Amino acid sequence: MKKLKAALLIFISSVLLAACSAGHATPDVPVFQTGVDPEEWATVPSGAFQMGQFNEQVNISYNYQIMITEVTNRQYAAFLNQAMEDGSITITGDEISGYYQGDDFHAGRHEVEIIPGNYIYYLLDETDSRIVYDGYQFSVKTGYDDHPVTMVSWFGAQAYASYYEWRLPTEAEWEKAARGTDGRPYPWGNGIGPDYANYYNSSDPFEEGTGAIGNTTPAGFYNGKTYGGFDTQDCASPYGVYDMAGNVWEWTADIYTGTHLRYLRGGSKASYGYDLRAWTRNSAHPAFCGPDTGFRVVK
Amino acid sequence: MQAIYQRLNFIFCSTRGLVLLAIAMISAVTMIFGTLSANMAAFGIKDIAVDFFNMDLVEAEREGRIIILYHSIAVAVVAIEVYLMTHILPMKKSLRFFINTLITAGYISAMVFGMIFAYFGHNYIFHGIYIFGLSLVFFSGVLLAAAVWPWSKEYRITNPDYSHTKGGLDIERTAFFVAVIATLGSALYGAVAGSLYGNGFQTFLAEDIVREVHRSSLQLAVIGHLHIMLTLIAIILTLIIGRWFDFKGILHKIAMPLMIAGTIIVTLGSWAVVPFEEIAHSIISPGSMPAAIAALLLVIFGWRKLIKENLSGQEAGKTGFWKSFSALLQDPLKFGSLWQMVFMNFVVTIPGIFAAIKLDEIFRMWPLREERILITGHWHALAGIIATIILLYYADMAGLKGKARHWFAWPLIIGSNLAFASVTIYSLKRLFVSQSAEQPLVDLTMLLADIGMFVVIAVLLVLLIWRAIDFFQKKGRWAKELAESSGEGGGCQ
Repeated sequence: MKKLKAALLIFISSVLLAACSAGHATPDVPVFQTGVDPEEWATVPSGAFQMGQFNEQVNISYNYQIMITEVTNRQYAAFLNQAMEDGSITITGDEISGYYQGDDFHAGRHEVEIIPGNYIYYLLDETDSRIVYDGYQFSVKTGYDDHPVTMVSWFGAQAYASYYEWRLPTEAEWEKAARGTDGRPYPWGNGIGPDYANYYNSSDPFEEGTGAIGNTTPAGFYNGKTYGGFDTQDCASPYGVYDMAGNVWEWTADIYTGTHLRYLRGGSKASYGYDLRAWTRNSAHPAFCGPDTGFRVVK
Repeated sequence: MQAIYQRLNFIFCSTRGLVLLAIAMISAVTMIFGTLSANMAAFGIKDIAVDFFNMDLVEAEREGRIIILYHSIAVAVVAIEVYLMTHILPMKKSLRFFINTLITAGYISAMVFGMIFAYFGHNYIFHGIYIFGLSLVFFSGVLLAAAVWPWSKEYRITNPDYSHTKGGLDIERTAFFVAVIATLGSALYGAVAGSLYGNGFQTFLAEDIVREVHRSSLQLAVIGHLHIMLTLIAIILTLIIGRWFDFKGILHKIAMPLMIAGTIIVTLGSWAVVPFEEIAHSIISPGSMPAAIAALLLVIFGWRKLIKENLSGQEAGKTGFWKSFSALLQDPLKFGSLWQMVFMNFVVTIPGIFAAIKLDEIFRMWPLREERILITGHWHALAGIIATIILLYYADMAGLKGKARHWFAWPLIIGSNLAFASVTIYSLKRLFVSQSAEQPLVDLTMLLADIGMFVVIAVLLVLLIWRAIDFFQKKGRWAKELAESSGEGGGCQ
């Protein structure tokens, strides 16, 4: 019985200790030049495409441009510095917040009212927050400049887009940019492997020391290049858009009647492969900030 | 020739043989297709399995494949319960034969042809045989309902130890009957929706649409169907375990009407999901209480009985706690079957109620994928616990005694508890750690879950290997079981 008690104690203690640990410290991140420019845009022409798991024909009647990579830490830090300067954001504790005009409320089941007011844009001081504030300006932790911004809420993503007079993509715009018009499940076509995208246990160089959930990879990392012995396939979508599968979930623009939830696409570094299929949807409260949640914009 | 005939007679005509076959079939399907899971994919095992078996996996059809996989396993579990019911409940021998034959043909057709259809290219003849198999299982259920009809005079009872009406109506048999009828209705409920989705419409996994604002009636029917079917499997198994313990006395008299009430209310509540989604949970939650209390009464009865038996007739509580506790653990197969019902509350009921109460405040703040992990873990744990209870019961039927009884039962109980507890902590991890800091907890819980599952699979494998070796012996255990089955009124002749 003593042995049983001891075993039980060890088990409970180890679970609690694991739960209480601070997690992995920010690792020394490898730095690779991908050659993909996060400032570039790709044009998606108007026309019909096959949307969703069951290839429903959907028409987008206009051309639009979409960033070829996710918004990077460098780009988001630049936005924060400008926004701080002109007073459109505030910092309270570890939260950067700003104004949002609120949503129409329809009292849907489980719907939470989003009233006009200040909402969190970005969460500082988390282990996975790559942007830091020294009291004067925002900067990016060494090595993470060209990684996608994370710990950013939908409000923060939407604010970034509005600030530059761009916008978040609708789900349809996002999906068309990801899979083109031929109904493929992934931006590159069929099948998935560790050299195609950053997902759970995909063994990329940034996963070392962080565990299977891994770390973000630099924007456009999976472009056919070899990085320190790690081969990648060229996984741009048919329109030349990178990282539409894996790395970080991407906030989209749509606000649906009866719910306050916002929808995310693309899967992330912490997702299993099947969640990287182009039609997979995720959703979260618009104030949610996560280490595998980012965005890109369209114009 | 006689040797083959005898063995076929054992496999297809004796209860123990039929249960063993179903367990072996489920194990084979789980082992082969478990290699396709996301975790296995991460280790590259999925690719090897796909190449080795020459599978044809279309990305957009993953959900449809999984649904057929679930059904293939579920109908085999239902078949096991039907075999056990026809074994323990008095009924006409001819009906017993037809019920068992139909459901065996049904679940094997559904499992074999369904899985070939789903994973090896789409031959629609195979899909037709899959549906035909499911139909045979349903028709077997109709015969079972007729066989357990409790109002027949021949099944009236007068023994005051067992719950019955003044007129002699056997309340326990009525509970079985109600559960069978509820299962048939709930199967039809799913079949209506399935007939649409099975024809190539938008198949989905329920956990993926929990946050949808607008769900179609057919989507709601699928959600109601899957919940009630698993619940009814659990209810029927509880009744079967009750018979194993010879559940009787005052607790039996309280428990059986409660079980009937619980079965009816929960079933109606689940069916109400389509027309009255807003209030369905208000019916289901209180409705599950009577059934849960009935199960609790069985646990109290069963454990007291175990203690009494192992203390040579002394009542629990009169010999000191540790002596009683030690007596309780002496038969791990029987103790474990009831312990698993108790343990289920820690990994299924309590987390489920907590999630329901804190849904908007906590769980809907998280991304859907986090909520999906909780939901999936929740019902995998329930299904897994049901499987372990069946295995514990089967091990007793197979005559495990002495050290073998202990060496089978304890690893199964401890391994499954370790796995399901770890999975529960994993699925609720966001309550304890942020996403940024979760890796150590994920690693630990996944490691413990893998160790637990490995132990469970290992003892199951040992059991199956033992039975396989025995099967090739001239006068093995199988021959004895066949003889016993004939003596009990079973068999095909």
